[in-house]
Formats: sequence, C-alpha cells, structure tokens
Amino acid sequence: MAISSNHKFRWHIAVFLAPAVLVYTAVMIYPLFNTLRLSLFSEVDQQRVWVGLQNFRTLFGDALWSDQFWNALGNNTWFFIIHMLVQNPIGVALAAILSSPRLRFSAFYRSAIFIPTILSFVIVGFAWKLILSPIWGIAPGMLDAIGLKFLFQPWLGKAEYALTTLSLVSVWQYVGIPMMLIYAALLSIPDEILEAGECDGITGMAAFWKIKLPLILPSIGIISILTFVANFNAFDLIYAAQGALAGPDFSTDILGTFMYRTFFGFQLQLGDPHMGSAIASAMFGIILIGVCLYLFGIQRRLRNYQF
Amino acid sequence: MNKARRNWGTTIAAHGVLIAYTIIALFPVFVILINSFKSRKAIFREPLALPDADSFSLIGYQTVLKQGDFFLYFQNSMIVTVVSLTLILLFGAMAAFALAEYRFKGNTLMGLYLALGIMIPIRIGTVAILEMMVSTGLVNTLTALILVYTAQGLPLAIFILSEFMKGVSDDLKNAGRIDGLSEYKIFFRLVLPLVRPAMATVAVFNMIPIWNDLWFPLILAPAEEVKTLTLGSQVFIGQFVTDWNAVLSALSMAILPVLILYVIFSRQLIRGITSGAVK
Repeated sequence: MAISSNHKFRWHIAVFLAPAVLVYTAVMIYPLFNTLRLSLFSEVDQQRVWVGLQNFRTLFGDALWSDQFWNALGNNTWFFIIHMLVQNPIGVALAAILSSPRLRFSAFYRSAIFIPTILSFVIVGFAWKLILSPIWGIAPGMLDAIGLKFLFQPWLGKAEYALTTLSLVSVWQYVGIPMMLIYAALLSIPDEILEAGECDGITGMAAFWKIKLPLILPSIGIISILTFVANFNAFDLIYAAQGALAGPDFSTDILGTFMYRTFFGFQLQLGDPHMGSAIASAMFGIILIGVCLYLFGIQRRLRNYQF
Repeated sequence: MNKARRNWGTTIAAHGVLIAYTIIALFPVFVILINSFKSRKAIFREPLALPDADSFSLIGYQTVLKQGDFFLYFQNSMIVTVVSLTLILLFGAMAAFALAEYRFKGNTLMGLYLALGIMIPIRIGTVAILEMMVSTGLVNTLTALILVYTAQGLPLAIFILSEFMKGVSDDLKNAGRIDGLSEYKIFFRLVLPLVRPAMATVAVFNMIPIWNDLWFPLILAPAEEVKTLTLGSQVFIGQFVTDWNAVLSALSMAILPVLILYVIFSRQLIRGITSGAVK
C-alpha cells in the first residue's frame, strides 16, 4: 500500500513541537489543573487529605472567609468598572485625535503617552504614593495654586477613596494600550469609506460617531476582555502601594492580594496553600465566565469587517 | 476662508488636548527624576523646581549604591529577561512553524491547546508552580523564573508567529526541498530570517511584562542573590521609606533602564501594536 510509505511518521514535526509543548504543559497547564485539584484537599496533622468541596464551603459559608472574599470581589469589580468607564473612553478619544490626518508630532505624542505603560507597578505605585502624600505636599500645593486646596484629602489613606484612587492610578498607567489598539483600528479604516461619508455630508464628529465608532467596535470588545482578565488577576499595584494587607482596613483588597495573603500568610496568620488554591479556582472560574461571555455573547454579534 | 479658520481651531484644540494629556502622563516621572538629584531640604521646600547648584545632591544615589545591590539586581533581571526571550522566540518559532507548515492529525487541536494560555493567566496556577519548584529544588533560582516566563510567553508568540509563517512563500521552501535541504535547514536558514520582523514584535511585547513582574520573583525567588530589579527596588523602598533621597533615587534607577530600552525599541513596539499583531 502506498499510504503507509507516504504517511510514515514525520519526526521533524515532533521535534519542532516538543520544546514548546513540554514547557507549556509542564509549567502552565499542569500546575493550573493541579491548583484546581489542590483546592479539594486540606492539611490535617501535616498530612494532605481529601476534603471534597469543604474549602469552598468555608470560603463562601464561613463569615470569616466569605466576608473577605466578597469584599475582595466587590473591590475588584469596582476596579474593573473604573477601568471600563475611564481608561477605555480616554483611550478611544486620544486615539481618535491622534489618527486625524496631517496632525504634526503625532509620533511624539504617541510615544510620550505610552511611557507610563512600560513602567513597573512598583515604580508607579510608589511614585503616586509620594505625589499624593500630604507630607510632601505636591498634590495639595498644586490644588492650592488653582484655589482648590479644600478638595485635598489624603486619598490613599482614607478607606472611602483609596480604591478609587488606585484604580485611577492604574488607568493612568494603562491608557496607552487601548489608545494604541484603537489607533491601529482607526488607521485601518479605508479612506474610500470616509470619503463616501463626506460626499453625503458626514464629517468631523458625525463621521466619528456614525462611521468610525461602529467599525472599531470589535477592537473595543478585545480591549474590554483584555482589561477584564488583567484586572481580575491584578496584584502588583495594590501590593506595591498598600502592602499585602491592602489597607486602609482592607478597602483596597482585591482577589490577587487576598489570594497572596491566604496562600503565603501574613503577620500572625499561617499560609494555607489549599485555601489559596480554592481562591485561585474561584478566580479561574470568574475569568473563564468573563472570557466565555465575550467569546459567545459579544464577539459573535460584532461583525468583523474585512477590507 | 471660513473653513480654513475652523480647521485651525480644530488643530489647536487637538494639540491642546494631546499636550495636556502628555503632561499628565509624564509629570510623575519628571517629578521623581528631578527630585532624585536634590538635597532633602530642597525636595520638600520646592518639589517642582529643577535642581540647581544650590540644591543639587547625589546623597540618595550614594545611599542606594551603598545599601542595595542594584547592580546584582540589574544583572539578574537582565539574565531572566534575555534568556526567557530567547527561549520564547526559539521554541515559539519552532512550534509555530510546525503548526503553519505541516498538515498532520491534531494540528487544529494542538493550535487550540497552545492558544488556551493567551486568555488564562499563569498566575492562577501559582500554588502548584511553587510546589513543583520546591520539589525540584528550583526555588530561589533564576531558572524557575525563566521557565515560568517562557511558558507564559509561548502561547501569544506561537499565535503571532504562525500567522506570519503562513505568509512565507511555498515556492521558496519547495525550492529548498528540491535542493535537498532538510526540514530543519529550511526552518533555520530560509524561514527564520524572513519572519525576523515578527520575532522582534514578539520580543518587545514580552520584554516589558517580564522585566516588570513582581509576583513571581516575590514568590519563587525572593532570596537576596536572585532578586530581580523590580523586586529589589520594591524591598529597598519598603525599608527606606522615610529616607526620601534614597527612595527617589531608587525609583529613578528602576525607571532609567526601562526608559532606555523604550527609547531604543519604541518604534518596533509601536509598529508591532499598530500592525495589528495582537488582533
């Protein structure tokens, strides 16, 4: 039979695939499922024992845990909402301005506005902590200069403002990403479409709302899901600015910091890898739900225009 | 005439908005950098003034260099970033070539499997990753970080590179086959040089998150001799929180390498994003 000689095993395919598949499976996929599995165990007398869903019952049922969990989830949701309401509209607006034809220095603006995005959370967290600090007085000094000093509060130190302030710091840092992606999407709109609109008298702002915005909706969808995933496993900024206790009074606690504290322990509480895994599994579930909603709910309704 | 004036108005408004936002974006970085060169008194007296002959001081930098081992941290960050990027590019390009070039059973399934990691963050598996690193003795080594970052970078790298490799002409590869080149030589000699721009894009995308990561250094490699620059500056600043000169200098020293890398690679990065590589 000719088939067997044609379809002899092609070793080179295996050689090309092996390194990537091995590393990816061993360091990413296997630990992911192992973490889900570990959430079903607990430690009794230094022995790992199977407890089924007990950890989840504790996490959602025991007031000591569930209060913290819902607090973290609520804070995380607020963190996400601020990103969607502030970061993405600013990003779209900046991109729309940048993409206007014959704008001078646009490359400079683009590079400069993107700079915060390349800095680490540690730098950003501390830099803003210093600037907003009442001791240093840059923020109150500047508010004073425009006669608004009464507005100043130690924003990071007050439970009612800290989370919103940190969300806005994160927005400040990441505005560059939606800006760039939307900018790319706007550039890919062919001139003929805009010229056709112009012939029908649609120019300026009307052209943006009626022609460009509908065409960049798929990009806005992608940005939303990227923001969602990034926000629901955020950790660094809160940890750098407020520490593992996510103060004041846990008001900036999000799922990432909650998982870190549980898993690693802090001060008097001992670390508990199994409860940590349970929280990680909950985060996995949340991210999975978000991604599925996007893939099956939103992305399918958005038509991708191919030019 | 009227139209020309209105155009002027919109242009000025556009520049106004962009300049305002550029100032917002750069202001904190600027404040940190200028104050790191000032004496303690000047930092508090006039935080927004540029350092002059009177207020100029390098005391913060002296403290940082004496107390923290920033050169070691920098070296660790460099090793982790460069080795991880090399592995991501090499392994990613090989797998992408296999997926783009050959038709075999399970090709689509393999592609989907490798793409899973684009959406699911690797941090979710931290508990089991730490357990694995402890049991293999890799905790507190740079190898642990390199493995994690390689695994994290591969999915997107394979996705982007295989899109590009589908565009490499078949005639070229078949000509190579007729000349008796092995599949390996076709990959390394013919295909890799052609996808160099895409490789650069992947490298730049991965470089920043790896360099800036705090989570995995904190959990997998917190020991002094393997600290990365991000973790090192975090710990240093935490200890010296009342020494403003030292904190500002440490922040500046953490900002500068990234800023220099950005100046070198920004064109590549922006071209990568705007060419739709992440769509």
